[in-house]
Amino acid sequence: MTGKGGGHEWPLYEVFIRSRQGLNHVHAGSIHASDPEMALQNARDVYTRRNEGVSLWVVPSTAITASAPCDREALFDPAGDKVYRHPTFYDVPDDVEHL
Amino acid sequence: MSRSAARCTGTKAAGAPALFQYCLRLGDNALVLGHRLSEWSSRAPTLEIDIALSNLALDLIGQARMLLSYAGEAEGAGRDEDALAYHRDVLDFRNVLLVEQPNGDFAHTIARHVFYAVCARAMYEALCQSRDTTLAAIAAKAVKEMTYHERYAGEWLVRLGDGTRESRTRAQAAIDRLWPLTGELFETDQVENELSARGIVPDMSGLQPLWRARIEEILARATLARPEECPMLSGGRSGHHGEHLGHLLAELQYLPRAYPGAVW
Amino acid sequence: MSEKPVAGTVPDEKEAAALEAAFDAHVAANGKVEPRDWMPEAYRKTLIRQISQHAHSEVIGMQPEGNWITRAPSLRRKAVLLAKVQDEAGHGLYLYAAAETLGVSRDEMEDALIEGRAKYSSIFNYPTLTWADIGAIGWLVDSAAIVNQLALCRCSYGPYARAMIRICKEESFHQRQGFEIMMALCNGSGEQKRMAQDAMDRWWWPVVMMFGPPDANSPNSAQSMKWRIKHKSNDELRQAFIDQTVPQAEKLGLAIPDPDLKWNEARGHYDIGEIDWEEFFNVVRGNGQCNEQRIERRRAARDEGLWVCDAALAYGEKQRARKRREAA
Repeated sequence: MTGKGGGHEWPLYEVFIRSRQGLNHVHAGSIHASDPEMALQNARDVYTRRNEGVSLWVVPSTAITASAPCDREALFDPAGDKVYRHPTFYDVPDDVEHL
Repeated sequence: MSRSAARCTGTKAAGAPALFQYCLRLGDNALVLGHRLSEWSSRAPTLEIDIALSNLALDLIGQARMLLSYAGEAEGAGRDEDALAYHRDVLDFRNVLLVEQPNGDFAHTIARHVFYAVCARAMYEALCQSRDTTLAAIAAKAVKEMTYHERYAGEWLVRLGDGTRESRTRAQAAIDRLWPLTGELFETDQVENELSARGIVPDMSGLQPLWRARIEEILARATLARPEECPMLSGGRSGHHGEHLGHLLAELQYLPRAYPGAVW
Repeated sequence: MSEKPVAGTVPDEKEAAALEAAFDAHVAANGKVEPRDWMPEAYRKTLIRQISQHAHSEVIGMQPEGNWITRAPSLRRKAVLLAKVQDEAGHGLYLYAAAETLGVSRDEMEDALIEGRAKYSSIFNYPTLTWADIGAIGWLVDSAAIVNQLALCRCSYGPYARAMIRICKEESFHQRQGFEIMMALCNGSGEQKRMAQDAMDRWWWPVVMMFGPPDANSPNSAQSMKWRIKHKSNDELRQAFIDQTVPQAEKLGLAIPDPDLKWNEARGHYDIGEIDWEEFFNVVRGNGQCNEQRIERRRAARDEGLWVCDAALAYGEKQRARKRREAA
C-alpha cells in the first residue's frame, strides 16, 4: 500500500461547546467524522476530556457560510462611526443616578 | 504484600466472604478489559478512535480501582487495589473469559465491548439499588460510564455491520466467535445467590432477557445475524481461564513482581 | 478551524509586493493572521511544515511512553500514563486541524509522515528501556516542550496559537507526573535510583538538542522570527530550559551528564558543554534506534484501519441516502 491516497478521509465538522448552563456555545475546533452521531462522540472524546462542557453542537463544516476577509471593511467599518449606539456618547450630569 | 498474597491463593480464596468474591469478579472484569483496551493506544484505525478507546479504558481502570479497593476492605487482610491487581496469579483472577480475549481486529474489540457493556450497564443499573451503600455509589458512577460505552460500541457495531462488505464479514465473524463466551456473564452461583438474597446484588439471570433484547436490537440495526444457540464456555470466574490471561498478567504485573517491595 | 483559504485571483507583481509589505507590517505589529486572510505563500508553507511536524511529534511521541502503559507499576500510574498518552493523540488532532486550515488534508500529512517525507522531533526515536524513562520523558521532554510551546502561544497564525494555548493548559500535568515518578525512584531502592540516573544519562543530551541547532546554524529561524511564528530563538529557549531544570535535578539528587555544566555568575545563566550535533543530525536523518519502528507502527495503524474508515464512510453515505428517501 502506498498511502491512503485520498477518498478515505471522513468529512470535517465544527465543534461548539457550552461550558456551563447560562453561557453560549463557543467554537472549540473541528473533528473528522463519517456521520453526525460519530461527530458528537468524537467531539465529546476529543474536546471534553476535562469537564469542558455540558452541551455540544457539531455542524458539518460545509454548512457554514463565512464572510470573506476582503469584505471586512464593507461589512464592519460602517459600524465604527455609530458612536451614538454606545452609552458613553451621551452627556448627562454625574449626580443623576440609575442612568 | 507478598505474604498476604500467598495467603489468598488456591482454595482459601473460595472460602473468603461473598462480598470480597463479588467485588473481585467485577473489579477483575473491569481491570482485564481496561488493560486490553489500553493495548490499542497508538495502534487504533484513526486518532479519534485511539482517543475514544483510551477513554473507555480509563473508565474501566477507574472502576477496577474502586472495586478492588473495596474488595480489599471486605476481605479485611490489608490488601489494597495494587496488592490485588499485581500479586494474584491466574487461578485467583475472577474475570469472565470474554474480557480476556485478545483485541483481534477492530470488529472483535467492538463486538466484545458491545456484549460486555450492555451487560455491565444493566448490572450496574440494578446495583444502584444495593443495600450496600459503597457498592451502590460505585454503581452510580459506573452506570453513567457504561451507558456511554454501550452507545459508543453499539454505534460502531452498526457502522461495521451496515458498512462495506468487508466490514460486515469481519463484524459477523467477531460476533460468531465471541458469542459462546457471553453465557458466563449471567451465570450465578452461591456467592451471588447469598448476596442477592440479602438485597446487596442483583440477580444476574434475571438480567439476561434484557441483555438479549438489547443485543438483538443492535444486531438488527447492524444487519447482522444473531448466532445459533450453541454450548457456552465458562470457567473464568472460578479461575480456570484461557491461555491469554497468563500473558496479560505477566505484562501487567512485571514491575512489582521483579522488584518486590518497591514503591513506585 | 476549518476555514479554507480562498483561492482568489492571482495578484500581479506590484500588487503582490504591496500585499506582502502590508502583511509584514501587520505581523510585525503583533497582528494575528486568520485562515482566509491573504498570506505570502512562503508563510503558508512554513506553517504547514512546522504545524504538521509538531502534530507528527505528538502522535509519534505516543509510542515511547505507550510502550509502558501495559507495564505501569500501579493502577494509579497506569491511569495517569494512559491519560497522558491519550492527551498526546488529542494534541496531534488539534494540530492537524490547525494545519488543515492552511489547505492541506490530514491524510496527505499522515502519508507524508509514513513515507518519510515529513519530520518529527527526533527525541522520540530513542527507546524507553525502563520505567524511569517514563519519568524522564514526563519531566525532561515535557518541560522542554512546554518551554517551546509557551513561546508559540503568541504565534501570529491564529489557529496555531489557539491550539498551543489549549495544549499548554492540558500539558501542565504531564511534567508534574514525570517529576513525581522520578521522585519516587530517587527515594526508592538502590535499583530504582540506578534506573533513574541511567534514564537521566540517556535523555539529557537528546532533550537539550530538542530545541534545534544553534541560532547561527538555523537558516529558517530568522524568517520565522520576522513573521512572528517564533518569538524566541532556539538558543534562548534552550537556555531557559537548562536554567529551570538544573535546580530540579539537584532536588532529585540526580547528576547531569555534563562535566562542563556550571553556573555563570556574569551571565546569570548556566553554561553547558559542547553539544554533539553530529549525533543530532544522525538521528534526524533516520539513523536513530527506533526511527523505523515508530514509522512502521503508524503505517500498520493506517493500513489496518483503512477498512474501518471505509466502513464508516459507506455507512454514513447509506444513512444520508435513507434520510433523503424519507424526506422525498
